[in-house]
Amino acid sequence: MDQTGRSLISLEGLDREDILWLLGHAAKFEANPNSKILDGKIVATLFFEPSTRTRLSFETAVNRLGGRVIGFSDAATTSSSKGETLKDTIMMVSNYADLIIMRHYLEGAARYASEVSPVPIINAGDGANQHPSQTMLDLYSMLKTQGRLDDLNIYLVGDLKYGRTVHSMLTAMRFFNPTFHFISPDELKMPEEYKEYCRIHGIKFQEHSSFDEDTIADADILYMTRVQRERFTDLMEYERVKDMFILRNDMLRKTKPNLRILHPLPRVNEITQDVDDNPKAYYFQQAKNGLFVREALICNALNLLK
Amino acid sequence: MAKNGKSELLVAALENGTVIDHIPSDKVFDVVNLLGLTSIDTPITIGANLSSRKMGTKGIIKIADKFFSEKELSKLSVIAPNIVLNIIRGYEVVEKKKISMPDEVRGIVKCNNPKCITNHEPMTTVFDVVDKENGTIRCRYCNKDIHKGDIRLL
Repeated sequence: MDQTGRSLISLEGLDREDILWLLGHAAKFEANPNSKILDGKIVATLFFEPSTRTRLSFETAVNRLGGRVIGFSDAATTSSSKGETLKDTIMMVSNYADLIIMRHYLEGAARYASEVSPVPIINAGDGANQHPSQTMLDLYSMLKTQGRLDDLNIYLVGDLKYGRTVHSMLTAMRFFNPTFHFISPDELKMPEEYKEYCRIHGIKFQEHSSFDEDTIADADILYMTRVQRERFTDLMEYERVKDMFILRNDMLRKTKPNLRILHPLPRVNEITQDVDDNPKAYYFQQAKNGLFVREALICNALNLLK
Repeated sequence: MAKNGKSELLVAALENGTVIDHIPSDKVFDVVNLLGLTSIDTPITIGANLSSRKMGTKGIIKIADKFFSEKELSKLSVIAPNIVLNIIRGYEVVEKKKISMPDEVRGIVKCNNPKCITNHEPMTTVFDVVDKENGTIRCRYCNKDIHKGDIRLL
């Protein structure tokens, strides 16, 4: 597993075996989420950009494993607001902590931190670039609900242009022979560079512009994302398409029994409330899976997994 | 280059040194900066906007008594991949070489992504050359690609 030291910056360096090995450990943590494996360890969570759910998930993971947490949840309260460089902040914190988990609004910040830091770094999101723990929990949720990662029909819906999670999923799934279906408004279509990536790696995909019960009838996984108003240059276009990519319960009638609906959260209105009670809705359990996956990623970064 | 006397007068012959030919006209001074020619004390001839059959116009730089390492020259590839180098010894061209793109470009190019960490920290930029033929480089930090025509120097 080639990462910078034991840091986790992106999933780029992980192969099929690495991914399955980490997910296997996540399953062990799910069976036994509380332990003292991090006893005596201090983990810093540096959130230069607020992200409540990611931070709570990581901090819960540390706490459940008996470690202690230091850190901040908003850069406005730190010396980076006084103009301190990221390097200096990282050097200072690495004097205190055994592991740094960081979220930053700038792209590439985590890689740079891993180059200067004497302790491992886990990237909890760097701008629009990478968010590996989110992708790992998406994969874990697919593996858990489908019993396999191989040969799945995965439907990605919504903002496929800017959606960081859908891009990382494409790259991480390249080892598992998926068939992707891209469903999005024209303005938010999957960028050409990612389609080219699919072609190069032999990943099958189809594009759809309409989102209805017939289109999704063959799905194993329906991965919903939010269509955000601020992504549109043409607001007329936004008004026209904003209600076309909403999942309603009655659209699920023809879907397969094993279908599960995923969403990275926060949801706004792209999945209506009546879907929540459908047994195919999986987004809240998906978020819970994040805890077990992060327990595995933290222990791996500290070289505690066997 | 045209073989009539006037053109040859424009760029005098060199006894020993390096002639950098076929520089795109708008890149001449980028080449000067990249090779650090402003701090060299041997004679330098810089020609810009000279007529060229192949390129329309071109630039040419002659540096007397100076030879560059592969590493120094490979820097030039990011701004002008078709540059030709003539190594001159005793008024003769003893070697003619085309430069090739290196595997990585360090500390020369600015990342075009305003949200890239390299534009906010005092640090060295690093790009991996992902397509040597078309001159595409990828920022090692933010993973954004820059194509040949959009490359800007630091």
